[in-house]
Amino acid sequence: MSKTQMTGARMVVQALKDQGVEVVFGYPGGAVLPIYDEIFQQNQIRHVLARHEQGAVHAAEGYARSTGKPGVCLVTSGPGATNAVTGLTDALMDSIPIVVLTGQVPTFMIGNDAFQEADTVGITRPCTKHNWLVRETDKLADTIHQAFHVAMKGRPGPVLVDIPKDVQFANGTYVAPKSAKVSHYQPQVKGDIETITALVELMETAKRPLFYTGGGVINSGPAASTLLRELVEATGFPITSTLMGLGAYPASGDKWLGMLGMHGLYEANLAMHDCDLMINIGARFDDRITGRVQDFSPGSIKAHVDIDPSSINKIIRVELPIIGDVGHVLEDMLRLWKSRGRKTDNASVKRWWRQIEEWRAVDCLAFKQEGPVIKPQYALARLEALTKDHPSRYICTEVGQHQMWAAQYLNFDDPNRWMTSGGLGTMGYGFPASIGVQMAHPDALVINVAGEASWLMNMQEMGTAMQYRLPVKQFILNNERLGMVRQWQELLHGERYSESWSESLPDFVKLAEAFGAKGILCSDPTELDDAIMEMLNHEGPVIFDCLVAKHENCYPMIPSGEPHNKMLLGDASTKDAIGTKGAVMV
Amino acid sequence: MSPLKIKKGSSSHSAYDLRDPHAEEIERHTLAVVVDNEAGVLARVVGLFSGRGYNIESLTVAEIDHTGHRSRITIVTTGTPSVIEQIKAQLGRIVPVHEVHDLTVEGPSVERELGLFKVAGTGDKRVEALRLADIFRVNVVDSTLESFVFEITGTPEKIDAFAELMRPLGLLEVARTGVAALSRGDASK
Repeated sequence: MSKTQMTGARMVVQALKDQGVEVVFGYPGGAVLPIYDEIFQQNQIRHVLARHEQGAVHAAEGYARSTGKPGVCLVTSGPGATNAVTGLTDALMDSIPIVVLTGQVPTFMIGNDAFQEADTVGITRPCTKHNWLVRETDKLADTIHQAFHVAMKGRPGPVLVDIPKDVQFANGTYVAPKSAKVSHYQPQVKGDIETITALVELMETAKRPLFYTGGGVINSGPAASTLLRELVEATGFPITSTLMGLGAYPASGDKWLGMLGMHGLYEANLAMHDCDLMINIGARFDDRITGRVQDFSPGSIKAHVDIDPSSINKIIRVELPIIGDVGHVLEDMLRLWKSRGRKTDNASVKRWWRQIEEWRAVDCLAFKQEGPVIKPQYALARLEALTKDHPSRYICTEVGQHQMWAAQYLNFDDPNRWMTSGGLGTMGYGFPASIGVQMAHPDALVINVAGEASWLMNMQEMGTAMQYRLPVKQFILNNERLGMVRQWQELLHGERYSESWSESLPDFVKLAEAFGAKGILCSDPTELDDAIMEMLNHEGPVIFDCLVAKHENCYPMIPSGEPHNKMLLGDASTKDAIGTKGAVMV
Repeated sequence: MSPLKIKKGSSSHSAYDLRDPHAEEIERHTLAVVVDNEAGVLARVVGLFSGRGYNIESLTVAEIDHTGHRSRITIVTTGTPSVIEQIKAQLGRIVPVHEVHDLTVEGPSVERELGLFKVAGTGDKRVEALRLADIFRVNVVDSTLESFVFEITGTPEKIDAFAELMRPLGLLEVARTGVAALSRGDASK
């Protein structure tokens, strides 16, 4: 079976089967018809017909994030490929392994401006980890196997294989994954043991240590999360995480400080600013995390564990760079720390915790639900209360205020349960991602926390949800505004709300009904719990139109260009800060 | 003041901190990058430089191993030390890149560039051009009664110097290859 003659189209399907692919998200078109013909003639791989190629790629991302397996996409040439670009970029920024297969015009027509021709490898070169144009059928299987290898190895990411139509029709020799050419691409996974030892030595004497973790822990696999938990519990050090890393350490754990960053928790950001040993595990010092770089955690020694050497010293200079896979490095750290006698500076760490408790007492996420209008924070607090005990709850989000509130008010106790567009900030990500998650976990509770504007960006995927009976719950916090844009316009642009309201919104209940789904409208805080329960108890997809306060701002907030200790905690502090000339640069 | 009329060092009216955190000395480095000679590999390298805003002073590329299909790209770039480190790390991330060497820091190296100069003139100027060419050990590869094409090999500085001298003597056209470089000694880099 390792070397068989077959057409390129059949080879694609065979290669996917041999790679263990169960689901392909896609959309047919002229240049991929031979592959779709092969899909038609088999039952092993399920194809999910998205309603837009962008939706197909985000669905594949949702599938990948919630399973740890690569998501697979199949789209046609030209517009099919260009529509995939946003999803590819999103996956590149958030290190999500996806394999996108695109059709291409026949090789002899490439460069002639043929119908539905686009320079797909040219267009997607900067938004993939790697891409290939396959010109010979004999190289097709090998290339697809390499594509899976590159997508998954090292820092994961999106790859694309562009397959001209004549290559799909022609016969060639199929190569199974095992006999495929071994790629020279083999990133280093073991960290330098001397640097790890130096870090362990610092952990033994640190007075104000802090773990700052990110999506790399989740990408490394469940074992990394388990090791992280063990290390945090054993050392007793506090831990905070980026948006991408939520769930690696449980939110219910008592060392958990909450998310950090621009809209992170007060205690997490102040701990970042004041710590003396920062242990960055699989995070990348993103600008939403660091704030003003010059004032970033001025008194700390910084260690950075990352599988991607280019992440190290890119933004923040670190004293202890450790290139390697998070799981491997955590294993070494834990082993060394144990074998050296499990030492920490207990008294100092206790004092550090007392300081953190003082910050925590500020209770930066406190809000008051009063009056007849639902506060968005209240809506999410109730959603959390009513779903937190569900055995398999998966949350997706769109991008904006609702995303930050979801990160603040929903708690994640496991990795791979939180799917959000962090790096690229792609509005329209959440709904198709929820479809991908539900495909991977048919019996799970999959909720997409959305804003009405983001949700509309890929609302066509309602058709997909209905067709495949995917009971995804679309929890829309509807403030009839582009809330985050509106917030910045209020704080930075003299309250001139340029184009940031949602005019002519659809009736979401009727919209749901038009697709044959269930719609729920809720505007009364006293009815919210019942309405959420109604959503949860409904077996099919639900659009939940939650009318919330229109002018609520998302706090805490670090204004751009400010360090962590210059956080704004609420509207009152904002007004003061802006009134004091030069005190706050927003 | 930038074209946006934002005062340098101010981050007002921006979602980003606009101040440059890496105000260090600019350095010039010569990098040797060994890659698989496959379609698009040069575009990946060049796209990395343009996409991330790095400088390219010169770039040369040719296949150096016809059986193994390997090419060597020599890039002369400038940047602060941290930018140079980033460039090397980013190059190393490209899948078809096998090796990245910074010849500027990895011990002594030799750099050579080839230039072709078309110089037209008669009388004293023509004689002077030929005399200077001789001093620079330049080959004449084409000649008419009113013009020469000179071939010069040397460091970029030597070629610059020759160009300066030829300018008043009737320099019409220049073609330069960009720098090729190797480390000195018996080590293979």
